[in-house]
Amino acid sequence: MARALINVPKIAKVGEIIEIKTLVSHPMETGYRVGLGGEILPRDIIQTFVCTFNGAQIYRADFSPAVAANPYLTFHTMLSESGAFEFRWEGDNDFLLVETASITVE
Amino acid sequence: MMRLRALVMATLAVPALAGEIPLAERRSDTLTMSSELRAMQADDAANPASFSVLDGEALWRVRAGASGKSCADCHGDGAQSMRGVAARYPAFDSASGRVLDLEAKINQCRTERQGSAALPMESRDLLGLATYVGRQSRGLPIVSDDPRLAPAIDRGRALFTARQGQLNLSCAICHDDHWGRKLGAATVPQAHPTAYPLYRLEWQSVGSLQRRLRNCMVGMRAEPYPMGSDEFIAIETYLMSRGRGLAMETPGVRP
Ligand code: HEC
Ligand code: HEC
Repeated sequence: MARALINVPKIAKVGEIIEIKTLVSHPMETGYRVGLGGEILPRDIIQTFVCTFNGAQIYRADFSPAVAANPYLTFHTMLSESGAFEFRWEGDNDFLLVETASITVE
Repeated sequence: MMRLRALVMATLAVPALAGEIPLAERRSDTLTMSSELRAMQADDAANPASFSVLDGEALWRVRAGASGKSCADCHGDGAQSMRGVAARYPAFDSASGRVLDLEAKINQCRTERQGSAALPMESRDLLGLATYVGRQSRGLPIVSDDPRLAPAIDRGRALFTARQGQLNLSCAICHDDHWGRKLGAATVPQAHPTAYPLYRLEWQSVGSLQRRLRNCMVGMRAEPYPMGSDEFIAIETYLMSRGRGLAMETPGVRP
């Protein structure tokens, strides 16, 4: 089962730089490795990660087979209003994981 | 293999072996990792082994087997009932008269008490349960004071110090005599079992102490003991005795 761990502050000040950390469980199988029987293990990676805040995209990453298993990202933003983040990972084999977190900005 | 050959040459040049590391100099190999890896291990939100702890926590509450019971039905909240347990495993099991490591004990509980099937070694479920139980000992010192463990400790020590494999190395040559020195890019650790099961970047996954031991045996070009064998459990028991007093760190991160 896919899981994500998300670390965002619960409260921030207007204009404060905040750090957002995300860790997602995923094998990130490159498509280049050979299995025990000599067969190529099919590629299974996350292709995109998008973080929106109140519907507007604030961060996006495109992943490649070179990204290690269980991708970990940290990024920063500044907010002017309270609201909700949405974190969305999409990838091969219809992989889709969506998480949310809310923050109070005062 | 070039790395190993270089080390063998270096080893042959050293006349006297240092013997067991004095107790006061024993320390977790977490301390020799880069600051980035130490930060990754220390932060549950960055440590990929956290997923394994969460897997185990979920499984702890799943009813299974002929008993229809979950681990929680018998053991309650694992955070309380399993506190300190991993810090004293492998332990002597009076019922079978054998020494069992944590994974073997969990499987014993599954088959004999829960009435469910034993989980395969290195399976996600067994690693999850072992990581979850191990997590409840984080920060507590390793305890190894049961006299009934003495035969396993002695056997483990003998296996640890015996030369074996095509390179004619022993575990002790690296981990007692050359810890802190470089083997290629890696720093030879003292080889303490404090952080297992752990997430190894090279594996891209969580693995058990036995998997780590297997890796070292392959590196020595020795034939690894079977997973779950008495030999591996004896080495684990010796390593816990050798690392007694050190704080448990499960789930760790390693390069
Ligand atoms: C039917 C009740 C029952 C169930 C279900 C059960 N256990 Fe146990 N377990 C016991 C009892 C009783 C003991 C103590 C006696 C012994 O060591 O065998 C024990 C001992 C243990 C120990 C060793 C504790 C120590 O202090 O040494 C561990 C670890 C453990 N169980 C894990 C589990 C896990 C993980 C599960 C779920 C997969 C589980 N048990 C399911 C009854 C149960
Ligand atoms: C040629 C030197 C060498 C030999 C011989 C060797 N190891 Fe290792 N061992 C290493 C190195 C290097 C590492 C760390 C690898 C890394 O982190 O990339 C290691 C890691 C370990 C660890 C993990 C420590 C930790 O903090 O995670 C344990 C435990 C261990 N070895 C036990 C053993 C045992 C038991 C044997 C004998 C069966 C053995 N080793 C033989 C070099 C060796």
